[in-house]
Amino acid sequence: MELLDFLHHGFIQRALLAGCFIAALCSTLGTFLVLRRLSLIGDGLAHVTFGGVAAGLLFHAYPFYVAIPIVMASALGILKLIDKARLYGDAAIGIISSLGIAGGVLIASIAGGFNVDLFSYLFGNILAISSAEVWTSIVLCLCLILAITLSYHELVAITFDEESARASGINTRRINKVLVLLTALTVVLAMKVVGIMLVSSLLIIPSVTALQFARGFKATIVISCLTGIISVISGIVISLMLDLPSGATIVLVNLLLFVISSVTVRIFRKGSGHGT
Amino acid sequence: MMDIVAADRLCFRFNGIEILKDITFALKRGEFLGIVGPNGSGKTTLIKLLLGLMAPNQGHVSLFGRDIGNFHEWSKIGYLPQKIAGFNPHFPATVEEIIALGLLAGKSFPRRKARIDRESVDEVMGLMDITSIRGKLIGELSGGQQQRVLVAKALVSSPELLILDEPTTALDPESRERFFTILKNIREQKETTVIMITHDMGTIGRHASLMLYLDKIVVFYGGFDDFCVSKEMTDYFGEYSQHLICHRHENFLIGIKGLDDSD
Repeated sequence: MELLDFLHHGFIQRALLAGCFIAALCSTLGTFLVLRRLSLIGDGLAHVTFGGVAAGLLFHAYPFYVAIPIVMASALGILKLIDKARLYGDAAIGIISSLGIAGGVLIASIAGGFNVDLFSYLFGNILAISSAEVWTSIVLCLCLILAITLSYHELVAITFDEESARASGINTRRINKVLVLLTALTVVLAMKVVGIMLVSSLLIIPSVTALQFARGFKATIVISCLTGIISVISGIVISLMLDLPSGATIVLVNLLLFVISSVTVRIFRKGSGHGT
Repeated sequence: MMDIVAADRLCFRFNGIEILKDITFALKRGEFLGIVGPNGSGKTTLIKLLLGLMAPNQGHVSLFGRDIGNFHEWSKIGYLPQKIAGFNPHFPATVEEIIALGLLAGKSFPRRKARIDRESVDEVMGLMDITSIRGKLIGELSGGQQQRVLVAKALVSSPELLILDEPTTALDPESRERFFTILKNIREQKETTVIMITHDMGTIGRHASLMLYLDKIVVFYGGFDDFCVSKEMTDYFGEYSQHLICHRHENFLIGIKGLDDSD
């Protein structure tokens, strides 16, 4: 009954609505990123988001809108470094990530130090999400879901084997750009849910949970989305009931689901005689 | 008759090192080119140049009579890479999903699946004898089964040009024979042009109509029978060269000992 009472509050409805859309998006993109061993791109871009948010706060602009172009440019920068400077993906992400953090700290210092606003972006507070932010999240999520749906087969082909995909005439550069730009937008959206520091967990954990037992690519994406959505809903409810920070609670629920699925699969495999 | 694939004085350098020099050849419909040569001789690089995966420093490639820069009919080409770079054993796609990826080349954006695609996938799975594992994840299969799935992916679009980089590496002798029988049937039915890199001289000798022996330059290019009696052949295979000739005429059944099967 108490839980149903919670749902009457507008700020909780907004948090649940935006959270579910963002979780689904992160989980879908995360599946491609994890399988392409680009899991940490979310972390790197989140650090750049920190720089963008700091710049927004410095110029008294809405941080969300300042962060988006900066993070998108950085995402393309990571691709350029991999392609032109022949760097490994993790090294390119590391360079851009450091640049984002260093820039953010410098800007925050110029602005007179860290303030409450910047901390709310660092650790997230989905319960404070505004109606405008909810609508922005939903519209962006729908656009991104459309883009993923249209490029689905190309994304799967490139994820499986980029060279063969190129040999079948797929414009892998364009698809890679689409993937990192979608990731950039998603990271900016997700910072409101779990904060800049934990944003990569929404990209990585639901996907690796699904990969424990999913059979088939579409099944992996569906299970990953469900895991992400369950984590966000449970995390918000638990954080309200126990008065805990929502972002950290969502991440811990996500981790709990991963541990449960991992242990269950191992037990099942041993029982079936497939274990080692 | 139009050349299916033609390489004209291809040169490729990487970090200042010459990998390929003045490579010229042309293949007509239905021809089968076997490419051999020592490790590091540029065989895989040559294939990547032919597919436009790398750009030559000099020379040019044409496919189906068109310069590769203007070529867009990628569904006419089936490609099996040497090995999938960083193949992820936990990739969650099923055998059926992997094979269907081979049909993407024939579609325009947005690439959707059609009923005929399912029929093509079913047909090629039957051909490669992998129907029973259609629902398995690629990571659950043995190396040989994975190779058969990848061969099926290369064949599913019924390509007119098939480019295979060491396709029989992970196959057991029975699967290897079956693979060459399938290839022979496909060539007879559809006049498919085949380019194959291999160290498996015993079997390529029975099938290839042309041989290209590569060691940065084209050391030998011509018919298989001429290759068997060439000086290059004797230099490369030494005392075993006579065994190849016997394999060609199928009256000598022992294997070729001492050949390096790895690349």
